Amino acid sequence: MKKAKRIWMGSMLGMAATAVATTGPAWAQGAPVKIGLLATLEGPFAAGGADGMRGAELALAQRGGTVAGRKVEIIKASSNANPDVAVNAVRKLVEQDKVDIMVGPLSGSEGIAVKDYSKTQPNITFINGGSGAQATTLVNPSPNFFRFNTEGAQWMVGLGKAAWDKGYRRVMVIAEDYAFPYSQVQGFMAEYCRLGGKVPLKAWVPLGGKDYASTIARIPKDVDALLVVLGGADAVNFLNQYEAAGGDKPMMGGSITVSQDVLNYRGKRRDSLVGTISAGPLADAYDGAAWKQFVDAYRKAYPVSAGGYPSPSLFALVYYTNMKAALDALDAVKGDLSGGQAKYRDALQKLELRMPTGTVRLDGNRQAIGTTFVTEVVKDSGGNLTTRVLRKVENVEQLLGMPRDQFKIGTRDEPSCP
Amino acid sequence: MSAAHWRRAMNSAAASALARGAGVPARVPASRSRPPVARPVEVDPYADSSAPRWLKFLWRHLGPRHVLLPLLALVFPLVATPFFTFQVAAQALVLGLVALSLTFLAGYGGMVSLAQLTVAGIAGYSVAIFGVSGTAVSLGWPWWVCVPLALAIATVCATLIGWLSVRTEGIYTIMITLAIGVAFYYLVLQNYSVFNGFQGFQKVYPPTVLGIDWRSPLPFYYLCLACSLAGYLVVKWLVRAPFGIALQGIRDNPRRMNALGYNVVAHRVAAYAVAGLIAAVGGVLLVWYNGLISPGSVSTTWLINILVIAVLGGMRHPIGSFVGAVVFVLLQTFAIDLIDRERFNLVIGGVFLAIVLFSPDGLLGLWAWLRSRFGPEQAVTATTSNSRRRT
Amino acid sequence: MRKTLTWGLTAAQWALLVLVALPVAVFSVWAMVDNTRLYFVTLLNGLTLASLYFIVASGFTLVFGLMRNVNLAHGSLYLLGGYVGFVVAERTGWWILAIAAGFLAAAIAGLLIQVLILRHMQGQDLRQTMVTIGLSIVIADLLLWGFTGQVHQMEAPQWLHGPIRGLPVVNAYSAYRLSLLGFGIAIGVFLWWLLSRTRVGAMIRAGVDDRAMLSAAGVNVNLVFAVTFMLGAGLAGFGGVIGAVEFSMVPGEDTRLLLASLIVVIVGGMGSVVGAAIGAVILGLAETYGLAYAPTYSVVFTFLILILVLAFRPRGIMGRAA
Repeated sequence: MKKAKRIWMGSMLGMAATAVATTGPAWAQGAPVKIGLLATLEGPFAAGGADGMRGAELALAQRGGTVAGRKVEIIKASSNANPDVAVNAVRKLVEQDKVDIMVGPLSGSEGIAVKDYSKTQPNITFINGGSGAQATTLVNPSPNFFRFNTEGAQWMVGLGKAAWDKGYRRVMVIAEDYAFPYSQVQGFMAEYCRLGGKVPLKAWVPLGGKDYASTIARIPKDVDALLVVLGGADAVNFLNQYEAAGGDKPMMGGSITVSQDVLNYRGKRRDSLVGTISAGPLADAYDGAAWKQFVDAYRKAYPVSAGGYPSPSLFALVYYTNMKAALDALDAVKGDLSGGQAKYRDALQKLELRMPTGTVRLDGNRQAIGTTFVTEVVKDSGGNLTTRVLRKVENVEQLLGMPRDQFKIGTRDEPSCP
Repeated sequence: MSAAHWRRAMNSAAASALARGAGVPARVPASRSRPPVARPVEVDPYADSSAPRWLKFLWRHLGPRHVLLPLLALVFPLVATPFFTFQVAAQALVLGLVALSLTFLAGYGGMVSLAQLTVAGIAGYSVAIFGVSGTAVSLGWPWWVCVPLALAIATVCATLIGWLSVRTEGIYTIMITLAIGVAFYYLVLQNYSVFNGFQGFQKVYPPTVLGIDWRSPLPFYYLCLACSLAGYLVVKWLVRAPFGIALQGIRDNPRRMNALGYNVVAHRVAAYAVAGLIAAVGGVLLVWYNGLISPGSVSTTWLINILVIAVLGGMRHPIGSFVGAVVFVLLQTFAIDLIDRERFNLVIGGVFLAIVLFSPDGLLGLWAWLRSRFGPEQAVTATTSNSRRRT
Repeated sequence: MRKTLTWGLTAAQWALLVLVALPVAVFSVWAMVDNTRLYFVTLLNGLTLASLYFIVASGFTLVFGLMRNVNLAHGSLYLLGGYVGFVVAERTGWWILAIAAGFLAAAIAGLLIQVLILRHMQGQDLRQTMVTIGLSIVIADLLLWGFTGQVHQMEAPQWLHGPIRGLPVVNAYSAYRLSLLGFGIAIGVFLWWLLSRTRVGAMIRAGVDDRAMLSAAGVNVNLVFAVTFMLGAGLAGFGGVIGAVEFSMVPGEDTRLLLASLIVVIVGGMGSVVGAAIGAVILGLAETYGLAYAPTYSVVFTFLILILVLAFRPRGIMGRAA
């Protein structure tokens, strides 16, 4: 018995030793560059996360898998929108799989947690995936965390004015209760309240809550429109329940509310969605040349039969943007990641990224300054729901044009104009 | 005898049958498959030795595994990478500590509580709320105030949960504790004034005490090791103490213990309190490991994961929870390299199902079975089979 | 016999009644005056939600009451029924067929679970429960694999589309949501008929009372168990199909409905279908009123109810003493 136990323990020791020994760093020129990719493949944003990964892989495929003579290897990880799972996954990618560059995560709260982690790993560069919370780059920004996509508040610039122009004077907000919708609502209300609009009631619903009957019952009679910032299944449920309850107020959507993964849910197309205005980093029917190229490339690589959407979703675009930035900067330094990646980070900061909807630059906090579209939902010839451009707003920056001391990050109560 | 009496008697017989079937430690330590064997009177091998009494005591009671395992645990971080030390070993120790509380409750108390991680979460949230964190809601008290306070709050909550759960039959406990656990999850998800809702608390780090940053891999690992060892020793001592023996008696036959004069409810609630304290320590370590706490940390998935860990290792011995935790963390960290990351839950569920169906005592039970099959033959086997043929 | 006061209630029961009924009455009066429409819409919301919870929880309580088996895979069966119903509805366009398909799919899955796995562990309640936990994880992941995380929203049948207008006070209300109430009542009546007017029901009731006696009386207990498990699982699947229209099908629904069933059965009492109805009504009303009037504290109400019941009546309101 004692002998067997000793043999068992010896083999465990041996296994542990080999596991430890085989994961040393490989740092030679010409050696492959490892990029970690994290998206939510489980939980409430599973469908969006899958599309995000498709976008990132498309960016690499367009470069043929190599940059400046070095092969690029993507190591994937998954999370479920919970910050602790995301940090564990990132830690594994960075410390165990020894990735050089980290792209991700997808969800707002995960982004803040990963940013905190990035401060403990000064020699690795972290690039955002899709997370759109304001605090990630505004509060205690990390010197090696870069975000090449505009965030939640920037995505709503222009919608406030569009709402005012449509004659909406009182708007009710129905949004999920976490960081990203706070930024979206703040982006909308900053403009809308300044123009004189009123938001008498904000209904914050828990993420994943499916029953909107009570919220719908609370809609006051005297509001002109609803701003609905829900994502995924929540959005689908709300739309259905609202229509079934006989609701007829015009709706405005948040950026992920009219994203392709919502507009393409399995079930009958809701005609009541047609005409909903929204704002975000893309519009499916935008006729810019670069955008059309991107859509064609996406459709070719991921046809609907293979699980892709009829048109790339918001998540595919932001992941594509960030991965493209990572690869473009790598090309600019000819694959030189030595010296604590100092040259690479410099290249990232100076990069003028050409992405499908325009050019993106970074500000002092490594946050993107980019383009926002005000859009409207339409039905295309194939009967699918897509969004078309109403207005294009360029050079939207994170402070939304306000001076830094006046700017307040969106919370449940800020901003407020009842 | 009324029908109710008859059924209660049948059920208590079923209870002891199920206790053996579900892998709780048997009352009689002999193996299940062989009939009791007449052993020759043991001669003390050290009787002639001139070593001091305490040394002979150690020689008699400690085997090589008692020395090798602690040695391995102490030396391990010096040879392993910081990642292994922190993300695999320290996490396994912390999860094992929380699962230990469940093993104690379920294995020795007969009460399977799915709310152990909830208690751990209460402790974690208390540390975050009363202590220093990156979120505005925190009160910012020093660690030597908020850690004992967190432990106290969590233990009180565990006692309350126990009091709510123990006045019903055994299988009720799983349901009630699961419901309480999930209700707590929704509470911290929806409440903003105290628990900060979906965001939770970020940047909850262990303090820098004695000049050491306790979050760097090596110190944190040793901190977890010390706490886990303390928990393990406490459980091992407690189950041999009168309280623990009475608890096991209550597990096996509450009616009889009641007739003997033991207060069954009080013993059970006290067991919940002790298990709650162990889980609370695990919870504080868990929030320090993650550096944050959010509703996702106390979600249903994690409640079930703790049960999986405890069952995986085996509930017959306290070391089982740590064995299960090591296997779980290894699977969780490295499964993504072997199989599709998205199918991780299928692997965990499949392994759990296989363990429950074929080896209800978990890995420890599997190990014991392997030893009995392939281990050295016992000298009295011939006598055993002869006696069986005769009778 | 304890001393009874007016109406045959003891002092303790009077105290409980006042403690619970008085705040509810005060709140109701205030809410009706403040916003009458909201109050009654929320009442309807709560009752319809309660009907869905009742349908799913009744299956759960039947299985527990008879076989002392806490079937934690109940939520996964709900999900299975919902997805199968969605696929059938999409292919054939018949909602009635979808309901039947969802019921059957879940019932067959339940039968397989009972016959292949749980039957061999008779008497080992804890082990059975853990098996159902493992099964719930596996089934949920298989469904995620097969149907992906995409939202599946089932369509209400044509005759239940849109709102019913012209109702007193509430003006307009979703026709489909109102039909949930009808389904709940229909299932309740069906279960009452099954349990009290058929032989199978008599055997089930006898088994809930005294399992050993049932076997001693010569009834094929295995068959009764199998039928009950099928019925319980089928009810979960049926609930899944009708719930797929109101709340779409996504991974995560299984946990939500399982928890609702747990709370309903704990509050209402194990093994009692009437108890499941009472528990469902309490839970449904608490949830919807909480969401409507105090959204960040709605779960606290559920918590409080759970704790009150566990503290004063651990077996549930209609639960019987062992």
